[in-house]
Amino acid sequence: MAFKDIFSGLMLSELFKGLSLTGRHLFKRKITVMYPEEKTPMSPRFRGLHALRRYPNGEERCIACKLCEAVCPALAITIESEQREDGTRRTTRYDVDLVKCIFCGFCEESCPVDSIVETHILEYHGESRGDLIYTKPMLLAVGDKYEPMLAAARAQDAAFR
Amino acid sequence: MSALHELAGQAQGMANDVFGPTWGPNVYTFGQALATIVVVLVPLLLTVLYYQLVERWVIGWIQVRRGPNRVGWKGVLQPIADAIKLLMKEQMIPSGASKALFLLAPIVSVAPALAAWSIVPFAPGWVISNADAAILLMLAMTSMGVYGVIIAGWASNSKYAFIGAMRAAAQMVSYEIAMGFAIVGALMAGGSMNLSEIVARQDTGMGFIGWFWLPLLPLFLVHYIAGLAETNRAPFDVAEGESEIVAGFHVEYSGMMFAVFFLAEYANMILVSSISALIFWGGWLSPLDFGPLRGSWIAAPSILWLLAKIAFFMFAFLWIRATFPRYRYDQIMRLGWKVFIPVTLAWIVVVGVLMMDPFRTWPVVRIWFGQ
Repeated sequence: MAFKDIFSGLMLSELFKGLSLTGRHLFKRKITVMYPEEKTPMSPRFRGLHALRRYPNGEERCIACKLCEAVCPALAITIESEQREDGTRRTTRYDVDLVKCIFCGFCEESCPVDSIVETHILEYHGESRGDLIYTKPMLLAVGDKYEPMLAAARAQDAAFR
Repeated sequence: MSALHELAGQAQGMANDVFGPTWGPNVYTFGQALATIVVVLVPLLLTVLYYQLVERWVIGWIQVRRGPNRVGWKGVLQPIADAIKLLMKEQMIPSGASKALFLLAPIVSVAPALAAWSIVPFAPGWVISNADAAILLMLAMTSMGVYGVIIAGWASNSKYAFIGAMRAAAQMVSYEIAMGFAIVGALMAGGSMNLSEIVARQDTGMGFIGWFWLPLLPLFLVHYIAGLAETNRAPFDVAEGESEIVAGFHVEYSGMMFAVFFLAEYANMILVSSISALIFWGGWLSPLDFGPLRGSWIAAPSILWLLAKIAFFMFAFLWIRATFPRYRYDQIMRLGWKVFIPVTLAWIVVVGVLMMDPFRTWPVVRIWFGQ
């Protein structure tokens, strides 16, 4: 037995076994996703950049209940509110600090009117300090621009909520 | 070839006209030496440049990745981009470093790695220096390389660099013995220290059976594995040990000085591959040079055979790197001293006995030692 071990050790049999395994991998189909051209599929529940949505008649959904501000574990949301001329309560300030945000999605879940949502956008950046603090008009603009995408993702996920 | 000779004749005449009959021949000899060096070193440096691209490709493919494929067509300009990046980088000298030694180390490291190429023949007569002690010169040059490593580690005044240099030095010194013994076996079988003659001795008319890899198989394996250790390549790269000592002896080097160390390492890898191809695998001889094929075009010796063999051994370097995990340091020392040196010593005795008179004419032994 010991002789057999020494012999196979000197013939490097285990090393050649390993080499043949890696040699076969050399010709396998490569699984790399060529990122900017190819992208991996994304769940409808993906949590990316935030947006504020509107009703179909153009009225903003947010009623300044501040549930999202309260639930936010990273304290990334800042809201100030006042009464509008028509007597409804609306926000005057709605800031999301994306540097603090941990993208947990609690704000979206806590929102009673489906106003604050997270889109599928993940390719955004800031070029100076403060660029990643999104204010109310910016968030509304994101919502306006991607409303079809947001509605589709929510419709797709509705059956599981 | 005749056009080349004509050109050489013209150059000789021109040198005599310009520098006179006393100095002309000397100037011509100097110019000729310089030209041959350029002819060898320029392709060598290009190979080094592209070897590291191929390394990244092969290791990527083995790991089921694609490897670099963005710069240029399929990534073929990647080494150019890397070279430009390294050229643009700042050369930093640590404030605690010994400046003269720090600057000297890359030179000491790369000069022997390139100088050893002077004795490598590429085809009959295609060699910078057809020295009779070629193997001795090659061993001397490769052992000089360890000084570059030690000086770099010492002059950096950094703990990691120093540890890396100590490891590299101990490892290179230990494996040099086994490598030397393996080569001793080859030069016993070849009956010469001249690489061209060792290749000529392997031309036994039996194709690849007649080469020295078969009677000297243990020595070939020891030579190649010791070559891996000598060049500090995986699985013997504890001197680099990126997970523990960052990059070993060249941690403190940046920009082109780092690139020079890189160049030395890769030139040494190619050198080990070529020496393996020359002394164990018949150099430029054709593997199909036997039986009915003898004399046909496919059996003709050619530089292409040599290049193919070198390319295979260079590929094996990468293949091995992608396959095996790094040795522990005491295991490296055990392998070198307790396995390789006894194996080579024992096989040198076997080769010596087989070359003695009653045995060398025995049926199978006759193929290699019967001449």
